[in-house]
Formats: sequence, structure tokens, C-alpha cells
Amino acid sequence: MGFFHRHRGLTPYLLLLPGLAWLAVFFLVPLGFLAYQSLQSGTFDVGYAFDWAWGNYWDALQRYHPWLVRSLVYAAIATLLALVISYPLAYWIAFRGGRWKNVLLVMIIAPFFVTYLIRTLAWQTILADQGPVVSLLRDVGILGANGRVLATSTAVVAGITYNFLPFMALPLYVALEAIDHRLIEAAEDLYASKLQAFLRVTLPLSMPGVVAGTLLTFIPATGDFINAQLLGTPKQAMIGNVIQSKFFNLLDYPGAAALSFTLMAAVLILIAIYARAIGTEKLTG
Amino acid sequence: MKFVRRHLLTAYAIFAFAYLLVPIAVVIMFSFNDPGGRYNFTWQGFTLDQWKNWDGVPALKDAMILSLEIALLASVVATVLGTLIALALVRYGFRGRGATNLLIFVPMATPEVVLAAALLTLFLNVTVFTLGFGTILIAHIMFCISYVVVTVKARLIGFDRSLEEAAKDLGATPFETFRLVTLPLIMPGIFGGAMLAFALSIDDFVISNFNSGTTVTFPLYIFGAAQRGIPVEVNVIAMILFGVTVAAMGFVTWQQARAERMASVRPEQEVAPSQALPAGASA
Repeated sequence: MGFFHRHRGLTPYLLLLPGLAWLAVFFLVPLGFLAYQSLQSGTFDVGYAFDWAWGNYWDALQRYHPWLVRSLVYAAIATLLALVISYPLAYWIAFRGGRWKNVLLVMIIAPFFVTYLIRTLAWQTILADQGPVVSLLRDVGILGANGRVLATSTAVVAGITYNFLPFMALPLYVALEAIDHRLIEAAEDLYASKLQAFLRVTLPLSMPGVVAGTLLTFIPATGDFINAQLLGTPKQAMIGNVIQSKFFNLLDYPGAAALSFTLMAAVLILIAIYARAIGTEKLTG
Repeated sequence: MKFVRRHLLTAYAIFAFAYLLVPIAVVIMFSFNDPGGRYNFTWQGFTLDQWKNWDGVPALKDAMILSLEIALLASVVATVLGTLIALALVRYGFRGRGATNLLIFVPMATPEVVLAAALLTLFLNVTVFTLGFGTILIAHIMFCISYVVVTVKARLIGFDRSLEEAAKDLGATPFETFRLVTLPLIMPGIFGGAMLAFALSIDDFVISNFNSGTTVTFPLYIFGAAQRGIPVEVNVIAMILFGVTVAAMGFVTWQQARAERMASVRPEQEVAPSQALPAGASA
């Protein structure tokens, strides 16, 4: 330990070094390679060469904007649904959970303990054409006699909502759980109705959770391609499906790289707009 | 009115929990299915065969073992690297802290498919790497580090520094203080981070799908099998994993509660010596 005493200023850097080096080499450098690849042209057979091929980005926007827009729309709807579904649930656990809070929390994240693909396939079983959900919807008349849920955008959005819901529910719970109940009581003592107390005290105080939850849900949802693959058809394909097939079926690496960056840029722009709308201090703090 | 609202919310919560848990119930149910054919989509009849013979599909068993190996190695390495970063971030002031926080945050804020594509272009362009076990491991460690940092940091921030000062006052060297006081108290955080990393790694599909070459992990096996019909044993293994994870989660929660009790033993609370003794002994 003598070394650390003499070079105290050095200690944090020594602690950081291995982990940050790993992130630099296997996160930052790959992003550099992705950028480099995205500006190459050529074909897989003759090889790709770097020549500032901005056309790849033009192509990504021109030809693939329907997939890009669809991904963002699906992700946005799924995020909104997850928020609406999990807010009352998180509220209930935080305020009424009592000594069962931890058990209830484990129940919320339980879906995460079942392999992602398996739980998506379980939805395939549940929503199957001969399955209970579809026959009920047909009986009630919501679906026609031959109506389906699988292979529709509803199924894909429902799958995304389910798969990312715990990302929404957990930050919401953390924020709601941290609220000092005396503040709500004070509002009620000052003649606020239950609804007013909720809207003017509880809801604003839970905003950090709402912000964290929406970001944690929306970002991974935009790049998802499993739900579209297993619950949808090519008509519901998302940008992730296109990137995947460009890499592995079309062997169009520059095109895939340009699409990846376009997706990343789109997500960052949306986050920036979101941050402006709600105020940046809420985003970082 | 209050009564109605209170119960309305409770009813809603039960409904929401049903929504969250029904798919899990379906997976459990279909692990006992006797499908007859290749497709395990419709209920045909009850059997215990798959549970007795869970390792009956060799390719599946190999994929499972590979996934466990990768998850174990990835979580150990990511936990060590991440814990060191968390210690530096919480305990020391240094230049470049903002940049460090950013480098931790951005991988978590990047869609997984972009991470996967970026790594693949690295591995394709730098010929040192051949896609397989090594590249999957590298990728998993990379995306796990940030999550470990966040988990351990949360634990370190709530840490009562006076406990360390007390150890130093009582003559402990800095290393002894770290080993005997700091480490046991932040252990739940470290263990929680390791668990999270393990769960993320064993469940990862997207990044492995891009960077595995011909190597097949458990999720990749399922994805391949989804086209030709998934053997029921997949459900059995998924449920074994589920049980183990839930048990481990319970253990972490219990540990955390225990560590909190340990840390909350303050001198002023130890009124009677007879009460202070067992608390001191268990610490």
C-alpha cells in the first residue's frame, strides 16, 4: 500500500484503467470501425474500399426510412403502453406493498429471468390462431371469423411492450418509493383533493422515474428485431431486421453500418428533443 | 369512495401481475407437454419425460454449457473491472470524471443492434479475431461493465464512511480496512452486479447473434430451432434457469437486508452491553 500512499493522485486512474481500456477497445474503437465501414463502397466479392461513400447514408434514409420510422413508432407506442401499464402497478407496490415490497418487485422482474426468446415464443403460443386469446376475441366480435393477432403490428408492439416493461416499472418504483409521504399528507392538509395531491405532488416527484423508464424502454426497443421476427411478418420488419439481414444475407456491410449509425443518430436526436421538452436537469439528475 | 379506489388499484395490480406472469406459466405448462410431433405449440398431454431427460438433446446441452461458461467468465471479469471503476468514481476526485461517466453511460444508451454491428465490423476488419467463443466473451464483458458500475456505485454512495474511520482509529491498515470493513459491506452490491451481468450474458441474443460465427449459445440454439420446431427440453432448461435465478435473487435481497442491519448498528443504539454483544459478534 506504500505505493498508493506516495502516489495518491494516481490511484483512481489505476482503478479505472482496466475497465475503461476494455470499453475503449471494444466499444469506442468498434464505433470507429463502424463509421469507417459505413463510408466504404464496393461489393462483398471484390471487396470494400473506403471512399467517403456518403451515398450509403442517402440510401439508408431514401430506401429504408419506412423501416426506420416504423421502428421508432413501434418503440414509442410500446414505451407509452409500458408507462401506462406499469405506473399504477409501481405506485401500488410503493405505497401499498408494505412488507411484501421485495417479493412484489421480484415478481415484476420475473419475466427477465425467462430467456428473452422463450418468453417471446410463449406469446407466440398465447396469441396463436387456435389459442385462447384469438378465439375469445373472435367470439366477442373484436376480430372477424378469420381474424388473427399473430403476424400483425399489434402482436409486435405487444411483444415489445411485454419484453421491456420491467425496464419501465423498476425506475418508476424507485422514484415513487423515495417520495416522502408527509409531502402528500401536507398537500391534503392544505385542502388539496386526492387528485390534486397526486397531480401536483406525487406525479412531479416521480418524474425522474418516468424519464429514466421511458429512455430505458425506448432505446432498446428501437433496435429490437426479435419481436418482429417471431410475432410479425416481413411487413412488420423493423430496422434491426434490416441491419441483420444486410450483414448476414446480403453481405452488404457498408449499408448495414450506415443504417446502424442512422438509427443511433435518430435515437440521439429524439433523446435531445425529449431532454429539451422536459428540461435537461431532469435527464441527468 | 376511498374504499372503492383502494380496491380498484389492487384489482388492477393483480391484473397487471397476471399479464406479467402468464407467459411464464405457459412456459412451465408446456415443459410438461407431450407434443408427439416437432411443434410444441398446442397442448397434447401431460408427461414428465422431458424433466427426467432434460439433457436428452445433445446440441441443446452443449449450447447450454457454452452459455454457462461464457456467462460465468463474463460476469467475473465484468464485475472486477466494473467494481474498480465504481470505487474510483465514488471514492476519488480526479480529472476526467465527466468523460468516464459518459463512457459508462453511452453503451447502455446505445441500441443493442448498433453495439453488435460495431463489434462485428471490428472483428471482420481486424484479422486477429476469429468469430467464436472469444469474440462472444469479449462482447459480453463489454456490455456488462456499465451495469456492474451502476449497481456497485449505488451501494458505495449509501456507504457510511465513519465505519472505515473507526477501523482506522482502531489501528487497521488501509488494506485491512478495505478487506475487513469496506468489502463485506459493499459485497451485496458487488454480488448484485455480478448477478445482473450473469443474467444479461446468458440471455443475450442480439450481440451473440452477430458475433458468434458458427458457435451456438443457448439463445442462438433456440432461435435456430424456432424455424424447425423447438424441443420441449428447451422449456425445461429455461425453467431450471428461472428457478436458479429467482433463488439467487432471493439470496441477494436477503444479504442486502443483512448488510443494512450490520451497517445500522450504531454505538448510541447499543444501550445495554448484553444487546451490543451479539451484534458485535455477528459483525
